[in-house]
Amino acid sequence: MALQQVGWENRSFWRNPAAAFFTFLLPLLFLVLFNALFGDSELEIDGRQLDGSTFYVPGIAALSVVSACYTNVGMMVTIARDLGVLKRMRGTPLPPWAYIFGRLGQALLVSVLMVVIVTVVGAVAYGTQLPESTLPGFLVTLLVGSLAFCALGLALTAVIPNADAAPAVTNATILPLLFVSNVFVPLQDPPEWLAIVGDIFPVKHFAAALQTAFHPDTTGAGFEWGHLAVIAAWGVAGAVLAVRFFSWEPRR
Amino acid sequence: MSDYAVEVRGLRKAYGPVEAVRGVDLSVHRGEIFALIGPNGAGKTTALEILEGHRRADAGEVSVLGHDPARGEVALKQRIGIVLQSTSIGTYLTVEETLQQFRGFYPRPLPLDQLIALVGLEASRKKLVRRLSGGQQRRLDVAIGLAGDPELLFLDEPTTGFDPAARRGAWEMIRGLKSLGKTVLLTTHYMDEAQALADRVSVIRQGRIVAEGTPDELRGGTADTVISFRYSGAPGDLPVPVVMENGHAVLRTDQPIAALYELTRWAKERGAELEGLSVTPATLEEVYLGLAGDDPE
Repeated sequence: MALQQVGWENRSFWRNPAAAFFTFLLPLLFLVLFNALFGDSELEIDGRQLDGSTFYVPGIAALSVVSACYTNVGMMVTIARDLGVLKRMRGTPLPPWAYIFGRLGQALLVSVLMVVIVTVVGAVAYGTQLPESTLPGFLVTLLVGSLAFCALGLALTAVIPNADAAPAVTNATILPLLFVSNVFVPLQDPPEWLAIVGDIFPVKHFAAALQTAFHPDTTGAGFEWGHLAVIAAWGVAGAVLAVRFFSWEPRR
Repeated sequence: MSDYAVEVRGLRKAYGPVEAVRGVDLSVHRGEIFALIGPNGAGKTTALEILEGHRRADAGEVSVLGHDPARGEVALKQRIGIVLQSTSIGTYLTVEETLQQFRGFYPRPLPLDQLIALVGLEASRKKLVRRLSGGQQRRLDVAIGLAGDPELLFLDEPTTGFDPAARRGAWEMIRGLKSLGKTVLLTTHYMDEAQALADRVSVIRQGRIVAEGTPDELRGGTADTVISFRYSGAPGDLPVPVVMENGHAVLRTDQPIAALYELTRWAKERGAELEGLSVTPATLEEVYLGLAGDDPE
Protein backbone atom coordinates (compact mmCIF):
# COMPACT_ATOMS: atom_id res chain seq x y z
CA MET A 1 0.00 0.00 0.00
CA ALA A 2 2.83 2.37 0.94
CA LEU A 3 4.80 1.52 -2.20
CA GLN A 4 1.71 2.04 -4.35
CA GLN A 5 1.40 5.50 -2.81
CA VAL A 6 4.91 6.29 -4.08
CA GLY A 7 3.73 5.22 -7.53
CA TRP A 8 0.63 7.44 -7.50
CA GLU A 9 2.54 10.44 -6.14
CA ASN A 10 5.20 9.93 -8.76
CA ARG A 11 2.74 9.72 -11.62
CA SER A 12 0.97 12.84 -10.42
CA PHE A 13 4.28 14.72 -9.94
CA TRP A 14 5.45 14.32 -13.53
CA ARG A 15 2.10 15.49 -14.90
CA ASN A 16 2.23 18.69 -12.85
CA PRO A 17 4.00 21.22 -15.09
CA ALA A 18 4.96 23.60 -12.29
CA ALA A 19 6.43 20.87 -10.08
CA ALA A 20 8.29 19.23 -12.91
CA PHE A 21 9.76 22.55 -14.04
CA PHE A 22 10.86 23.98 -10.70
CA THR A 23 12.06 20.74 -9.18
CA PHE A 24 13.49 19.04 -12.24
CA LEU A 25 14.34 21.45 -15.08
CA LEU A 26 15.42 24.51 -13.12
CA PRO A 27 18.40 22.88 -11.36
CA LEU A 28 19.54 21.40 -14.68
CA LEU A 29 19.27 24.83 -16.26
CA PHE A 30 21.44 26.25 -13.46
CA LEU A 31 23.94 23.45 -14.02
CA VAL A 32 24.39 24.43 -17.65
CA LEU A 33 24.40 28.19 -17.01
CA PHE A 34 26.85 28.25 -14.12
CA ASN A 35 29.25 25.88 -15.85
CA ALA A 36 29.13 27.90 -19.05
CA LEU A 37 29.81 31.13 -17.14
CA PHE A 38 32.24 30.05 -14.44
CA GLY A 39 33.22 26.47 -15.22
CA ASP A 40 36.83 27.32 -16.08
CA SER A 41 37.57 29.63 -13.15
CA GLU A 42 39.98 28.60 -10.41
CA LEU A 43 38.53 28.81 -6.92
CA GLU A 44 39.72 28.49 -3.39
CA ILE A 45 37.10 27.55 -0.83
CA ASP A 46 37.83 26.82 2.81
CA GLY A 47 41.47 26.37 1.94
CA ARG A 48 40.77 23.91 -0.87
CA GLN A 49 41.71 24.58 -4.51
CA LEU A 50 39.16 23.54 -7.12
CA ASP A 51 37.94 24.53 -10.57
CA GLY A 52 34.51 25.97 -11.30
CA SER A 53 32.98 22.71 -12.53
CA THR A 54 34.11 20.77 -9.48
CA PHE A 55 32.38 23.48 -7.47
CA TYR A 56 29.14 23.66 -9.45
CA VAL A 57 28.42 20.00 -10.16
CA PRO A 58 28.18 19.00 -6.48
CA GLY A 59 26.56 22.36 -5.72
CA ILE A 60 23.75 21.69 -8.19
CA ALA A 61 23.46 18.11 -6.92
CA ALA A 62 22.88 19.60 -3.47
CA LEU A 63 20.36 22.07 -4.92
CA SER A 64 18.51 19.20 -6.61
CA VAL A 65 18.12 17.27 -3.37
CA VAL A 66 17.06 20.40 -1.48
CA SER A 67 14.40 21.30 -4.04
CA ALA A 68 13.06 17.75 -4.45
CA CYS A 69 12.90 17.15 -0.70
CA TYR A 70 12.60 20.42 1.20
CA THR A 71 10.86 22.72 -1.28
CA ASN A 72 8.74 20.12 -3.06
CA VAL A 73 7.61 18.30 0.10
CA GLY A 74 7.01 21.49 2.08
CA MET A 75 4.97 23.05 -0.69
CA MET A 76 3.01 20.07 -1.97
CA VAL A 77 2.08 18.66 1.43
CA THR A 78 0.82 22.07 2.56
CA ILE A 79 -1.28 22.40 -0.57
CA ALA A 80 -2.66 18.89 -0.08
CA ARG A 81 -3.48 19.72 3.53
CA ASP A 82 -5.36 22.87 2.58
CA LEU A 83 -7.33 21.16 -0.16
CA GLY A 84 -8.51 18.59 2.40
CA VAL A 85 -6.59 15.76 0.74
CA LEU A 86 -4.85 14.83 3.99
CA LYS A 87 -8.13 14.84 5.87
CA ARG A 88 -9.74 12.65 3.25
CA MET A 89 -6.84 10.19 3.48
CA ARG A 90 -7.22 10.14 7.27
CA GLY A 91 -10.76 8.80 6.87
CA THR A 92 -9.60 5.78 4.87
CA PRO A 93 -7.80 2.64 6.11
CA LEU A 94 -4.53 3.92 4.59
CA PRO A 95 -2.13 4.23 7.55
CA PRO A 96 -0.91 7.82 8.06
CA TRP A 97 2.73 6.75 7.81
CA ALA A 98 2.02 5.19 4.42
CA TYR A 99 0.77 8.49 3.05
CA ILE A 100 3.91 10.27 4.30
CA PHE A 101 6.00 7.39 2.94
CA GLY A 102 4.44 7.95 -0.48
CA ARG A 103 5.30 11.64 -0.43
CA LEU A 104 8.86 11.16 0.79
CA GLY A 105 9.48 8.14 -1.43
CA GLN A 106 8.55 10.22 -4.45
CA ALA A 107 10.88 13.01 -3.31
CA LEU A 108 13.74 10.52 -2.85
CA LEU A 109 13.13 9.03 -6.30
CA VAL A 110 13.36 12.46 -7.90
CA SER A 111 16.48 13.27 -5.86
CA VAL A 112 18.24 10.12 -6.99
CA LEU A 113 17.30 10.70 -10.61
CA MET A 114 18.51 14.31 -10.47
CA VAL A 115 21.81 13.48 -8.80
CA VAL A 116 22.50 10.77 -11.38
CA ILE A 117 21.78 13.18 -14.24
CA VAL A 118 23.87 15.97 -12.70
CA THR A 119 26.79 13.61 -12.04
CA VAL A 120 26.75 12.11 -15.50
CA VAL A 121 26.35 15.46 -17.26
CA GLY A 122 29.20 16.81 -15.10
CA ALA A 123 31.50 13.98 -16.11
CA VAL A 124 30.60 14.00 -19.79
CA ALA A 125 30.24 17.71 -20.48
CA TYR A 126 32.42 19.40 -17.87
CA GLY A 127 35.07 16.79 -17.11
CA THR A 128 34.31 16.50 -13.41
CA GLN A 129 35.41 13.42 -11.53
CA LEU A 130 32.91 10.61 -10.99
CA PRO A 131 32.68 9.83 -7.28
CA GLU A 132 34.21 6.33 -7.59
CA SER A 133 36.57 5.77 -4.67
CA THR A 134 34.38 8.16 -2.67
CA LEU A 135 31.16 6.32 -3.56
CA PRO A 136 30.43 5.14 0.02
CA GLY A 137 30.74 8.66 1.40
CA PHE A 138 28.79 10.07 -1.55
CA LEU A 139 25.85 7.68 -1.07
CA VAL A 140 25.71 8.12 2.69
CA THR A 141 25.83 11.91 2.29
CA LEU A 142 22.96 11.77 -0.21
CA LEU A 143 20.88 9.51 2.02
CA VAL A 144 21.43 11.58 5.17
CA GLY A 145 20.90 14.80 3.24
CA SER A 146 17.70 13.81 1.48
CA LEU A 147 16.14 12.34 4.63
CA ALA A 148 17.09 15.44 6.62
CA PHE A 149 15.68 17.85 4.03
CA CYS A 150 12.48 15.77 3.76
CA ALA A 151 12.06 15.95 7.55
CA LEU A 152 12.67 19.70 7.48
CA GLY A 153 10.16 20.07 4.64
CA LEU A 154 7.52 18.25 6.70
CA ALA A 155 8.32 20.33 9.76
CA LEU A 156 8.00 23.48 7.67
CA THR A 157 4.38 22.65 6.75
CA ALA A 158 3.46 23.26 10.39
CA VAL A 159 4.45 26.93 10.16
CA ILE A 160 2.95 27.58 6.71
CA PRO A 161 -0.51 29.03 7.39
CA ASN A 162 -2.15 28.10 4.08
CA ALA A 163 -1.61 26.96 0.51
CA ASP A 164 -1.31 30.53 -0.81
CA ALA A 165 1.63 31.16 1.48
CA ALA A 166 3.37 27.86 0.69
CA PRO A 167 5.60 28.98 -2.22
CA ALA A 168 6.54 32.21 -0.46
CA VAL A 169 7.48 30.57 2.84
CA THR A 170 9.45 27.69 1.32
CA ASN A 171 11.39 29.95 -1.02
CA ALA A 172 11.97 32.65 1.57
CA THR A 173 13.52 30.11 3.91
CA ILE A 174 15.70 28.36 1.35
CA LEU A 175 16.80 30.88 -1.31
CA PRO A 176 18.97 33.11 0.92
CA LEU A 177 20.59 29.99 2.38
CA LEU A 178 21.48 28.70 -1.07
CA PHE A 179 23.42 31.94 -1.68
CA VAL A 180 25.48 31.72 1.51
CA SER A 181 26.08 27.96 1.31
CA ASN A 182 28.45 27.55 -1.64
CA VAL A 183 25.71 26.43 -4.00
CA PHE A 184 25.06 29.38 -6.34
CA VAL A 185 28.05 31.53 -5.45
CA PRO A 186 31.50 30.39 -4.37
CA LEU A 187 32.29 32.09 -1.08
CA GLN A 188 35.94 33.07 -1.40
CA ASP A 189 36.83 35.09 1.67
CA PRO A 190 33.25 35.92 2.76
CA PRO A 191 32.48 38.35 5.61
CA GLU A 192 32.77 36.46 8.88
CA TRP A 193 29.12 36.79 9.86
CA LEU A 194 28.04 35.36 6.52
CA ALA A 195 30.33 32.38 6.97
CA ILE A 196 28.88 31.82 10.43
CA VAL A 197 25.30 31.99 9.15
CA GLY A 198 26.16 29.43 6.48
CA ASP A 199 27.83 27.18 9.02
CA ILE A 200 24.79 27.13 11.29
CA PHE A 201 22.40 25.76 8.65
CA PRO A 202 22.64 22.38 6.92
CA VAL A 203 22.84 23.38 3.22
CA LYS A 204 26.50 24.50 3.31
CA HIS A 205 27.56 21.31 5.08
CA PHE A 206 25.67 19.24 2.54
CA ALA A 207 27.30 21.02 -0.40
CA ALA A 208 30.75 20.72 1.21
CA ALA A 209 30.34 16.99 1.84
CA LEU A 210 29.33 16.47 -1.79
CA GLN A 211 32.28 18.57 -3.00
CA THR A 212 34.59 16.25 -1.12
CA ALA A 213 33.10 13.31 -3.00
CA PHE A 214 33.74 15.00 -6.35
CA HIS A 215 37.17 16.48 -5.57
CA PRO A 216 40.06 14.75 -7.35
CA ASP A 217 42.41 15.25 -4.38
CA THR A 218 40.13 13.43 -1.94
CA THR A 219 41.66 10.30 -0.52
CA GLY A 220 39.72 7.60 1.28
CA ALA A 221 36.00 6.83 1.12
CA GLY A 222 34.89 10.46 1.20
CA PHE A 223 33.10 10.54 4.55
CA GLU A 224 32.84 14.02 6.05
CA TRP A 225 31.68 13.10 9.54
CA GLY A 226 31.60 16.65 10.86
CA HIS A 227 29.36 17.86 8.03
CA LEU A 228 27.19 14.73 8.22
CA ALA A 229 26.68 15.24 11.95
CA VAL A 230 25.36 18.77 11.42
CA ILE A 231 23.00 17.65 8.62
CA ALA A 232 21.76 14.71 10.69
CA ALA A 233 21.16 16.93 13.72
CA TRP A 234 18.99 19.23 11.61
CA GLY A 235 17.17 16.19 10.22
CA VAL A 236 16.41 14.82 13.67
CA ALA A 237 15.21 18.22 14.85
CA GLY A 238 13.00 18.45 11.76
CA ALA A 239 11.57 14.99 12.36
CA VAL A 240 10.79 15.73 16.01
CA LEU A 241 9.05 19.00 15.13
CA ALA A 242 7.17 17.34 12.26
CA VAL A 243 5.89 14.53 14.48
CA ARG A 244 4.86 17.02 17.16
CA PHE A 245 3.24 19.75 15.05
CA PHE A 246 2.14 18.14 11.77
CA SER A 247 -1.52 18.80 10.99
CA TRP A 248 -3.90 16.76 8.82
CA GLU A 249 -6.66 19.35 8.94
CA PRO A 250 -6.89 22.33 6.60
CA ARG A 251 -6.27 25.64 8.37
CA ARG A 252 -8.86 28.20 7.47
CA MET B 1 -25.60 -7.32 16.06
CA SER B 2 -27.37 -4.11 16.91
CA ASP B 3 -30.17 -2.89 14.64
CA TYR B 4 -28.54 0.49 14.64
CA ALA B 5 -25.71 1.51 12.38
CA VAL B 6 -25.18 4.64 14.45
CA GLU B 7 -26.17 5.33 18.04
CA VAL B 8 -25.39 8.58 19.80
CA ARG B 9 -26.37 9.60 23.34
CA GLY B 10 -25.74 12.97 24.96
CA LEU B 11 -23.12 14.13 22.45
CA ARG B 12 -21.42 17.41 23.34
CA LYS B 13 -18.63 19.36 21.70
CA ALA B 14 -17.36 22.89 22.36
CA TYR B 15 -14.75 24.95 20.56
CA GLY B 16 -13.43 27.17 23.30
CA PRO B 17 -16.42 29.01 24.74
CA VAL B 18 -18.68 28.12 21.78
CA GLU B 19 -20.81 25.03 22.30
CA ALA B 20 -21.35 23.60 18.82
CA VAL B 21 -23.15 20.45 19.92
CA ARG B 22 -25.05 20.44 23.20
CA GLY B 23 -26.48 17.05 23.99
CA VAL B 24 -27.48 15.32 20.75
CA ASP B 25 -29.12 11.88 20.56
CA LEU B 26 -29.33 10.03 17.23
CA SER B 27 -30.25 6.51 16.19
CA VAL B 28 -29.75 5.49 12.59
CA HIS B 29 -31.18 2.11 11.56
CA ARG B 30 -29.27 -0.20 9.28
CA GLY B 31 -30.28 0.21 5.66
CA GLU B 32 -32.01 3.56 5.98
CA ILE B 33 -31.28 7.01 4.64
CA PHE B 34 -31.12 9.37 7.59
CA ALA B 35 -30.94 13.14 7.19
CA LEU B 36 -29.58 15.56 9.75
CA ILE B 37 -30.97 18.92 8.75
CA GLY B 38 -30.37 22.37 10.10
CA PRO B 39 -29.24 25.87 9.20
CA ASN B 40 -25.56 26.79 8.82
CA GLY B 41 -23.79 26.78 12.16
CA ALA B 42 -26.33 24.45 13.79
CA GLY B 43 -23.73 21.79 14.56
CA LYS B 44 -24.42 19.32 11.73
CA THR B 45 -20.89 19.04 10.44
CA THR B 46 -19.38 18.92 13.92
CA ALA B 47 -21.68 16.05 14.87
CA LEU B 48 -20.94 14.22 11.63
CA GLU B 49 -17.18 14.67 11.94
CA ILE B 50 -17.27 13.15 15.41
CA LEU B 51 -19.04 10.09 13.97
CA GLU B 52 -16.44 9.91 11.18
CA GLY B 53 -13.58 9.95 13.68
CA HIS B 54 -12.24 13.33 12.56
CA ARG B 55 -13.07 15.02 15.87
CA ARG B 56 -13.28 13.95 19.48
CA ALA B 57 -16.43 14.49 21.48
CA ASP B 58 -16.22 16.30 24.82
CA ALA B 59 -18.93 14.07 26.28
CA GLY B 60 -21.48 11.46 25.27
CA GLU B 61 -21.60 7.93 23.93
CA VAL B 62 -20.97 7.28 20.26
CA SER B 63 -21.24 3.92 18.53
CA VAL B 64 -20.68 3.56 14.79
CA LEU B 65 -21.14 -0.03 13.57
CA GLY B 66 -20.32 -1.06 17.14
CA HIS B 67 -17.06 0.92 17.26
CA ASP B 68 -16.01 4.10 19.00
CA PRO B 69 -14.86 6.22 16.04
CA ALA B 70 -12.51 8.31 18.22
CA ARG B 71 -10.17 5.31 18.40
CA GLY B 72 -9.45 5.55 14.68
CA GLU B 73 -9.49 1.76 14.18
CA VAL B 74 -8.74 0.46 10.71
CA ALA B 75 -11.43 -2.20 11.23
CA LEU B 76 -14.02 0.60 11.31
CA LYS B 77 -12.48 2.69 8.54
CA GLN B 78 -12.73 -0.34 6.25
CA ARG B 79 -16.51 -0.44 6.73
CA ILE B 80 -17.42 3.23 6.37
CA GLY B 81 -17.20 5.74 3.54
CA ILE B 82 -16.80 9.46 4.13
CA VAL B 83 -17.71 12.29 1.78
CA LEU B 84 -16.56 15.52 3.39
CA GLN B 85 -18.23 18.85 2.83
CA SER B 86 -15.68 20.46 0.57
CA THR B 87 -12.55 18.69 -0.48
CA SER B 88 -10.49 18.53 -3.58
CA ILE B 89 -8.33 15.81 -5.06
CA GLY B 90 -5.26 17.94 -5.67
CA THR B 91 -3.44 15.45 -7.87
CA TYR B 92 -2.82 15.13 -11.57
CA LEU B 93 -4.47 11.70 -11.76
CA THR B 94 -7.43 10.67 -13.90
CA VAL B 95 -10.83 9.66 -12.54
CA GLU B 96 -9.96 6.02 -13.09
CA GLU B 97 -6.53 6.28 -11.48
CA THR B 98 -7.90 8.15 -8.47
CA LEU B 99 -10.50 5.45 -7.87
CA GLN B 100 -7.89 2.72 -8.31
CA GLN B 101 -5.72 4.46 -5.73
CA PHE B 102 -8.53 4.56 -3.16
CA ARG B 103 -9.75 1.03 -3.99
CA GLY B 104 -6.25 -0.11 -3.06
CA PHE B 105 -6.84 0.99 0.56
CA TYR B 106 -9.67 -1.52 1.16
CA PRO B 107 -9.83 -5.30 1.53
CA ARG B 108 -12.99 -5.75 -0.59
CA PRO B 109 -13.40 -2.74 -2.88
CA LEU B 110 -16.28 -2.31 -5.31
CA PRO B 111 -15.33 -3.23 -8.89
CA LEU B 112 -14.03 -0.18 -10.75
CA ASP B 113 -16.64 -0.30 -13.51
CA GLN B 114 -19.51 -0.56 -11.04
CA LEU B 115 -18.11 2.35 -9.05
CA ILE B 116 -17.87 4.57 -12.11
CA ALA B 117 -21.35 3.57 -13.28
CA LEU B 118 -22.88 4.23 -9.83
CA VAL B 119 -21.95 7.90 -10.02
CA GLY B 120 -22.40 8.24 -13.78
CA LEU B 121 -18.84 9.20 -14.69
CA GLU B 122 -18.42 6.69 -17.54
CA ALA B 123 -17.75 9.40 -20.11
CA SER B 124 -15.09 11.07 -17.95
CA ARG B 125 -13.15 8.08 -16.71
CA LYS B 126 -9.94 9.00 -18.55
CA LYS B 127 -10.16 12.70 -17.70
CA LEU B 128 -7.77 14.37 -15.30
CA VAL B 129 -9.62 15.10 -12.08
CA ARG B 130 -8.76 18.79 -12.24
CA ARG B 131 -10.55 19.09 -15.58
CA LEU B 132 -13.88 17.88 -14.15
CA SER B 133 -16.76 20.29 -13.56
CA GLY B 134 -17.82 21.03 -9.99
CA GLY B 135 -20.70 18.58 -10.18
CA GLN B 136 -18.51 15.86 -11.64
CA GLN B 137 -15.92 16.40 -8.89
CA ARG B 138 -18.66 16.01 -6.29
CA ARG B 139 -19.75 12.74 -7.91
CA LEU B 140 -16.16 11.57 -7.82
CA ASP B 141 -16.10 12.48 -4.10
CA VAL B 142 -19.05 10.14 -3.62
CA ALA B 143 -17.37 7.41 -5.69
CA ILE B 144 -14.26 7.71 -3.50
CA GLY B 145 -16.48 7.36 -0.44
CA LEU B 146 -17.95 4.19 -1.96
CA ALA B 147 -14.63 2.73 -3.13
CA GLY B 148 -14.33 0.31 -0.22
CA ASP B 149 -17.94 -0.95 -0.57
CA PRO B 150 -18.86 0.57 2.83
CA GLU B 151 -21.84 -0.52 4.94
CA LEU B 152 -22.32 3.04 6.09
CA LEU B 153 -21.79 6.18 4.04
CA PHE B 154 -21.50 9.69 5.51
CA LEU B 155 -22.48 12.47 3.11
CA ASP B 156 -21.89 16.01 4.31
CA GLU B 157 -24.07 18.33 2.23
CA PRO B 158 -23.90 16.22 -0.93
CA THR B 159 -25.69 18.66 -3.25
CA THR B 160 -24.75 22.12 -2.00
CA GLY B 161 -24.02 24.29 -5.02
CA PHE B 162 -25.75 21.96 -7.52
CA ASP B 163 -28.18 23.17 -10.15
CA PRO B 164 -31.67 21.58 -9.94
CA ALA B 165 -30.99 18.94 -12.59
CA ALA B 166 -27.74 17.87 -10.96
CA ARG B 167 -29.51 17.64 -7.60
CA ARG B 168 -32.16 15.30 -9.01
CA GLY B 169 -29.39 13.18 -10.49
CA ALA B 170 -27.63 13.04 -7.13
CA TRP B 171 -30.87 12.06 -5.40
CA GLU B 172 -31.35 9.19 -7.83
CA MET B 173 -27.85 8.04 -7.08
CA ILE B 174 -28.36 8.18 -3.30
CA ARG B 175 -31.62 6.24 -3.58
CA GLY B 176 -29.70 3.67 -5.60
CA LEU B 177 -27.31 3.23 -2.66
CA LYS B 178 -30.21 2.37 -0.40
CA SER B 179 -31.28 -0.35 -2.80
CA LEU B 180 -27.76 -1.79 -2.46
CA GLY B 181 -28.46 -2.14 1.26
CA LYS B 182 -26.21 0.69 2.38
CA THR B 183 -26.95 2.92 5.32
CA VAL B 184 -26.63 6.60 4.47
CA LEU B 185 -26.29 9.41 6.99
CA LEU B 186 -26.41 12.77 5.26
CA THR B 187 -26.56 16.39 6.32
CA THR B 188 -28.33 19.04 4.35
CA HIS B 189 -29.85 22.43 4.77
CA TYR B 190 -32.39 21.80 2.03
CA MET B 191 -35.66 20.55 3.42
CA ASP B 192 -36.85 19.33 0.03
CA GLU B 193 -33.76 17.14 -0.11
CA ALA B 194 -34.58 15.53 3.22
CA GLN B 195 -38.18 15.10 2.13
CA ALA B 196 -37.20 13.51 -1.17
CA LEU B 197 -34.55 11.17 0.21
CA ALA B 198 -34.74 10.44 3.87
CA ASP B 199 -36.53 7.64 5.69
CA ARG B 200 -36.05 9.58 8.87
CA VAL B 201 -35.01 13.12 9.71
CA SER B 202 -33.59 14.92 12.72
CA VAL B 203 -33.76 18.69 12.79
CA ILE B 204 -30.78 20.22 14.58
CA ARG B 205 -30.69 23.79 15.73
CA GLN B 206 -28.11 25.53 17.90
CA GLY B 207 -26.50 22.22 18.73
CA ARG B 208 -29.72 20.49 19.82
CA ILE B 209 -32.18 18.15 18.14
CA VAL B 210 -35.48 20.03 18.02
CA ALA B 211 -37.57 17.48 16.09
CA GLU B 212 -37.21 13.99 14.71
CA GLY B 213 -39.24 11.42 12.83
CA THR B 214 -40.20 10.42 9.32
CA PRO B 215 -40.88 13.28 6.92
CA ASP B 216 -44.61 12.45 7.18
CA GLU B 217 -44.53 12.42 10.96
CA LEU B 218 -42.76 15.75 11.02
CA ARG B 219 -45.38 17.19 8.71
CA GLY B 220 -48.24 15.66 10.67
CA GLY B 221 -46.76 16.51 14.03
CA THR B 222 -47.46 20.18 13.67
CA ALA B 223 -50.44 21.76 11.92
CA ASP B 224 -51.28 21.62 8.92
CA THR B 225 -52.88 22.48 5.73
CA VAL B 226 -51.97 25.69 3.96
CA ILE B 227 -54.79 27.73 2.42
CA SER B 228 -53.79 30.62 0.23
CA PHE B 229 -55.48 33.06 -2.19
CA ARG B 230 -54.82 36.46 -3.77
CA TYR B 231 -56.10 39.27 -1.56
CA SER B 232 -55.51 42.99 -1.38
CA GLY B 233 -57.93 44.10 1.35
CA ALA B 234 -57.37 44.47 5.07
CA PRO B 235 -56.62 41.14 6.75
CA GLY B 236 -58.94 42.11 9.60
CA ASP B 237 -61.95 42.00 7.24
CA LEU B 238 -61.55 38.28 6.71
CA PRO B 239 -63.45 35.84 8.95
CA VAL B 240 -60.29 33.84 9.71
CA PRO B 241 -56.82 34.97 10.90
CA VAL B 242 -54.36 35.15 7.99
CA VAL B 243 -50.87 36.41 7.30
CA MET B 244 -50.10 38.37 4.15
CA GLU B 245 -47.33 36.93 1.93
CA ASN B 246 -46.58 38.43 -1.50
CA GLY B 247 -50.12 39.69 -2.07
CA HIS B 248 -51.64 36.45 -0.84
CA ALA B 249 -53.58 35.81 2.31
CA VAL B 250 -52.16 32.65 3.85
CA LEU B 251 -53.67 30.55 6.58
CA ARG B 252 -52.09 27.52 8.25
CA THR B 253 -54.64 25.43 10.07
CA ASP B 254 -55.27 21.95 11.35
CA GLN B 255 -59.03 22.44 10.65
CA PRO B 256 -59.11 23.17 6.93
CA ILE B 257 -62.78 22.24 6.41
CA ALA B 258 -64.04 24.78 8.91
CA ALA B 259 -61.69 27.49 7.65
CA LEU B 260 -62.66 26.89 4.03
CA TYR B 261 -66.36 26.97 4.95
CA GLU B 262 -65.92 30.36 6.64
CA LEU B 263 -63.92 31.74 3.76
CA THR B 264 -66.17 30.54 0.95
CA ARG B 265 -69.32 31.76 2.75
CA TRP B 266 -67.68 35.15 3.32
CA ALA B 267 -66.74 35.40 -0.38
CA LYS B 268 -70.15 34.26 -1.62
CA GLU B 269 -71.98 36.83 0.57
CA ARG B 270 -69.92 39.56 -1.08
CA GLY B 271 -70.15 38.10 -4.57
CA ALA B 272 -66.37 37.95 -4.59
CA GLU B 273 -64.06 35.25 -5.85
CA LEU B 274 -61.16 33.67 -3.94
CA GLU B 275 -58.70 34.10 -6.77
CA GLY B 276 -55.79 31.72 -7.03
CA LEU B 277 -57.16 29.63 -4.16
CA SER B 278 -54.93 26.76 -3.24
CA VAL B 279 -55.23 24.17 -0.50
CA THR B 280 -52.04 22.18 0.11
CA PRO B 281 -50.55 20.08 2.85
CA ALA B 282 -47.74 21.88 4.65
CA THR B 283 -44.38 20.94 3.17
CA LEU B 284 -41.59 19.87 5.42
CA GLU B 285 -39.97 23.15 4.50
CA GLU B 286 -42.67 25.07 6.33
CA VAL B 287 -42.43 22.81 9.33
CA TYR B 288 -38.71 23.33 9.29
CA LEU B 289 -38.97 27.09 9.01
CA GLY B 290 -41.32 27.05 11.97
CA LEU B 291 -38.76 25.05 13.95
CA ALA B 292 -35.54 26.59 12.80
CA GLY B 293 -36.39 29.83 11.05
CA ASP B 294 -36.00 32.20 13.94
CA ASP B 295 -32.41 31.19 14.54
CA PRO B 296 -30.61 34.31 15.77
CA GLU B 297 -27.37 33.38 13.96
